[in-house]
Amino acid sequence: MIPMTHFLVLGAVLFLIGAMGVLMRRNAIIILLSIELMLNAVNVTFVGFSRHLADMTGQVFAIFVITVAACEAAVGLAILIALNRDRTMVNVDEINLLKW
Amino acid sequence: MSNMPLLTMITFLPAAGAVIIMLFMKKEQTKAIKGFATAVAVLDFLISLPLWFRFDQSEAGFQFVEKVSWIPTIGVSYFVGIDGISVLLVLLTTLTMIIGVVCSFTAIEEREKEYYVCLLLLATGMLGTFIALDIFLFYVFFEITLVPMYFLIGVWGGPRKLYAAIKFFLYTLFGSVLMLLGILAFYFANLKMGTGTLTFDLVELYGVGPKIPLSLQIWIFLAFFIGFAIKVPMFPFHTWLPDAHVEAPTAGSVILAGILLKMGTYGFVRFALPLLPQASHVFVPFMMLLSIIGIIYGALVAMAQTDIKKLVAYSSVSHLGFVMLGVFALNEQGVLGGQLQMINHGISTGALFLLVGVVYERRHTRLISDYGGLSKVVPVFTVIFAITMLSSIGLPGLNGFVGEFLILIGAFKKSYVYAAFAVIGIVLGAAYMLWLFQRVFFGTLDNPENEKLTDCNAREVLYLLPLVILMFWIGLYPKPFLGRMEASVKKVVKMVNAAEVPQKAALGKLTKLEKK
Amino acid sequence: MIELAWLIPVFPVIGVLINGLFGKHVGENAGPIASGMAGLSFLVVLGIAGQMIFGAGGSHTIPLWTWVEAGSLSVSMSFLIDPLSTIMLLVVSGVGFLVHVYAVGYMHGDPGYPRFFTYLNLFMLSMFLLVLGDNYLVMFVGWEGVGLCSYLLIGFWYEKQSASDAGKKAFIVNRIGDAGFLLGMFLIWTLTGSLTYTEVFQAAPEMSAAMASAVGLLLFVGAVGKSAQIPLYVWLPDAMEGPTPVSALIHAATMVTAGVYMVARTSPIYVMGPDAMSVIAVVGALTGLFAASIGLVQNDIKRVLAYSTVSQLGFMFMALGVGAFTAAIFHLMTHAFFKGLLFLGSGSVIHALHHAPEEQQQDMRYMGGLKDKMPITYWTFLIGAIAIAGVPPLAGFWSKDEILANAFFTGHYTVWIMGTVAAFMTAFYMFRLIFMTFHGEMRVDHHAREHIHESPPTMTVPLVILAVLSVIGGVIPGFPPEGGWIHRFLAPSLAKMPAGGHAMDQGVHLMNAAAGGGHSGPAVVLLIVLAIAVAVGGIALAWYMYVKDTGAPRRLYRSIPGIYYLLLGKYYVDEIYQACIVEPTYKLMRGLWTFDAKVVDGAVNGSSLITMVSSRFSGIFDLRTVDGAVNGTASFIRFFSQVFKYLQSGMVQNYLFVMLLGIFVMLSAYLFR
Repeated sequence: MIPMTHFLVLGAVLFLIGAMGVLMRRNAIIILLSIELMLNAVNVTFVGFSRHLADMTGQVFAIFVITVAACEAAVGLAILIALNRDRTMVNVDEINLLKW
Repeated sequence: MSNMPLLTMITFLPAAGAVIIMLFMKKEQTKAIKGFATAVAVLDFLISLPLWFRFDQSEAGFQFVEKVSWIPTIGVSYFVGIDGISVLLVLLTTLTMIIGVVCSFTAIEEREKEYYVCLLLLATGMLGTFIALDIFLFYVFFEITLVPMYFLIGVWGGPRKLYAAIKFFLYTLFGSVLMLLGILAFYFANLKMGTGTLTFDLVELYGVGPKIPLSLQIWIFLAFFIGFAIKVPMFPFHTWLPDAHVEAPTAGSVILAGILLKMGTYGFVRFALPLLPQASHVFVPFMMLLSIIGIIYGALVAMAQTDIKKLVAYSSVSHLGFVMLGVFALNEQGVLGGQLQMINHGISTGALFLLVGVVYERRHTRLISDYGGLSKVVPVFTVIFAITMLSSIGLPGLNGFVGEFLILIGAFKKSYVYAAFAVIGIVLGAAYMLWLFQRVFFGTLDNPENEKLTDCNAREVLYLLPLVILMFWIGLYPKPFLGRMEASVKKVVKMVNAAEVPQKAALGKLTKLEKK
Repeated sequence: MIELAWLIPVFPVIGVLINGLFGKHVGENAGPIASGMAGLSFLVVLGIAGQMIFGAGGSHTIPLWTWVEAGSLSVSMSFLIDPLSTIMLLVVSGVGFLVHVYAVGYMHGDPGYPRFFTYLNLFMLSMFLLVLGDNYLVMFVGWEGVGLCSYLLIGFWYEKQSASDAGKKAFIVNRIGDAGFLLGMFLIWTLTGSLTYTEVFQAAPEMSAAMASAVGLLLFVGAVGKSAQIPLYVWLPDAMEGPTPVSALIHAATMVTAGVYMVARTSPIYVMGPDAMSVIAVVGALTGLFAASIGLVQNDIKRVLAYSTVSQLGFMFMALGVGAFTAAIFHLMTHAFFKGLLFLGSGSVIHALHHAPEEQQQDMRYMGGLKDKMPITYWTFLIGAIAIAGVPPLAGFWSKDEILANAFFTGHYTVWIMGTVAAFMTAFYMFRLIFMTFHGEMRVDHHAREHIHESPPTMTVPLVILAVLSVIGGVIPGFPPEGGWIHRFLAPSLAKMPAGGHAMDQGVHLMNAAAGGGHSGPAVVLLIVLAIAVAVGGIALAWYMYVKDTGAPRRLYRSIPGIYYLLLGKYYVDEIYQACIVEPTYKLMRGLWTFDAKVVDGAVNGSSLITMVSSRFSGIFDLRTVDGAVNGTASFIRFFSQVFKYLQSGMVQNYLFVMLLGIFVMLSAYLFR
């Protein structure tokens, strides 16, 4: 029986790696992957709690998150492709369209 | 026929004509525009003729009445009708419009389309003013006239046209805004103390006046006074008039003198007197004083003028002083005389302005000193001018006399002092007019420019002739005119005098003297 | 016939219309047309007069139409034929017709020929209205109408500045009188509620003396203007600028007597107001004397006649003032004959001299010796002069004597003395005129000398007719004095002075005695002798000074230069009026014009200026303060935005970092609180 702590530590480490990736990396695809990583870190935590509490809600939620992640990846990648077509680059440093 | 909305048709026909000219006629088709404008004016006059023939002289109240609710929330209605006080003014307006249009054919050479549009719109405004029996409606029409007149002076005027136009507009607007305050005060006073209904209906409001306390009446009267006195214009509110007259094109001057000024005196008779009877009585000495000052002062200042049009303008101040003198005599003779004199002044002074326009068109100067000895080169013009002048100074047998006589006899009845001062105006009136006539027509023809003057052409004679005929007609047989006005004037006088009279001192003095 | 009275003014109207509208085409026919119209009117008048004199008499109203109607005031255009208007009609239409005929010759060749006759007919029309009206308003129509015609005809030669000035002066001075007339009319209406003679006179006895005097004086102001009495006589001498027929017709025979007619017409009111009567008597006597004295030294032939007219009008008012209304009308009539004759005669002289230099044509110093060249003119003129001087049995004697006798017997001794002196002067200056013009050596410019000729028959025939009337016009209606036909005829129209009650009653008995007994009283005989002596004395003095000893006038002038120049300068009344009335009016008018432009209009322009200045100020205030606050907010925000804009880099990662930082901070705060 793997103790609950391991799940939580693994989740936290994965989340931090993802967060760092989102903040540090400049390639948009890497950032997207990092976001996937963060979502999966949350999934690990959900599943761990589900088992620990013998409640299936966590599992269901994990499946939801996977679904959302798939959508998000699809939308994100679509934006990236559009961006690439427009600017021929995927470097977030050079994208400041949000600035007015 | 009897159910036709005759007054509405008369009033809005010119406006409809104006819209048609504006939308469907090209700027370059000046001939067509002139023809069409004339046709509209003539048609308007023709359809206004039934007012003369089908007018019931014995009826003191309103006739040809039309009433449609307009803004029911505040009690405004489209309520029109005429009585003896307005019927002649409406006819005079439609007649003057024809003359105004016809006399402009050659005088106006630019922006002709806009000019005739303005003229026709002005006609609608003026006609509306005279037929409105709803005070609010009256106010609307009263104000509407300002706009086309403003353009007539400001666009087609003389060298100082902008100054004159703005002065005219602002001065009269200032007055009418105060008048609006008065109207509103009366409206709310009626709500509180009168019938208690939301209404601007004149017929309902007649009779409310005596119920309003004198102090409030006086304030309302003052508001009306400023509004109408500026329009009349009474001394000392007259200075916009000479400027406006001098700068306005001929038709503008004619309409201004002939009709627009009458809106002021008409306002006094229609609104100030019957709506505020007690206040009217209180103000009699004040109004008489201003009228007499206006008569004498206007005449003296007219004498000092070097510009013919300005002279005639100041003579208007004097003549309208007579009208006001008659109106505020508050007896039948006076008010009737004042009413008739309104018409007379429209005819005579209108004709004088037309005549000045005739020579101005040829010589482009209005300075008296530029003329002299004209009777030799332009005999027809001289004769018409002489007749008009004599009518203006009130020679018996011509129209001016009948009006002046009735006014003076009315004023005398009120107090002999008023009449004694006012007759000075008659002497001075002869003085300035004859002096003008002498300087323009007598003497030797020393200015070579004048030798080339051509006499009146057929068109000019044609538009002056009706006025000359009217001068003789009213002078010799004024009964059709007086008869039409009499019943309504009697009613107004009765309304004013029904309210108890605060002072009867002047009349009392005379009766005392009369006793032996 | 009397019902046809409306025809009388219709003929002149036709004449006015023909000559006025078609003057160019009518041309030289204008004169005959106008004369014909005047003649037709005269015929109608003759018919009516015949009926009135030999028939029923009485008074007849011919209503035409209702003219002015306003409430209780109702005035109709209607005519009144009674003895008084009959006499006036006869004078007006008779003399008028003769003058028309005369003018056909006199005005021949004038460029304004049709215009002249248009005016002349217009005058006839107005005069008929004045005389015929059955109420004051119709009279006033005529009154103003004749004033207008007078204006037009005085200024007939309008290119002459003096002529048009004189016309204007006449009209304006008359207007001053008319103002009084109007007020009098108003007072009558206020007192009696009517303007129709019959109704007014019915109510007249009810009037108080004060009110009747007030009415009388106000109306008299009108008469003073129209009939050229002191102080408003100044226009009449100037009116001589008009063509001479005009002077004869308007300024001697008819129009100027309108005031006399009006006062006589109003006699029922005047007898109620003795104060007004006294004023009239005094004004009349003063005018009579004053004008006669000016006439003594004038050199312009027409001016002498003009002052003579003023003086004679003074006589008429004297008569009215002492209550001798009949005598006034009688003198009016005889005066119309001989003064019309004298003026037409002087016109004939001027006509003969029209080749002389302009300024000499009317100056008697450049005449003399015309007697033989123009005999008809001379003899008729002489008759006129004798008539006006008051030598019996010519017309002037009868009427003038009645006036003086009335003044004497009513106790107006001062008036009587003034009148007698004036009569003496009249005789003197008239014969001075005759001697200077027709006798002695010829002083006419020699170019003009050969052109002197007797006037054509159209001019001499009226002279002869008027001369005949001047001879017989007094004795036939006026004999015996105070009891002649004219007294009986006019009696129904004129009021009698009430016997007693007035200051003059001591004379009334005497007068009644005189009237009853013809020439019986010794006082009457004495008066007549005195009157004749005065007339003959005046003539003799003139003969002595201007025929016998021609140096006498010069010596006399030298001895009393002050009086001479005072008279020659007409007492400088015109100058005084100019300085005291006209100039101040001009000054007042200029002052008021400046006042109007500077103060009244200045107030308007000033208020617009104030508005503009205050709008400028509020504009500045608006810009600096109100808008400043708005702009201040904006710039405040702009300043801070400069600082904070760096927060918004547009970089997603920056935002996320800040977000995480925030979460971290919040978590830390949560954990370590």
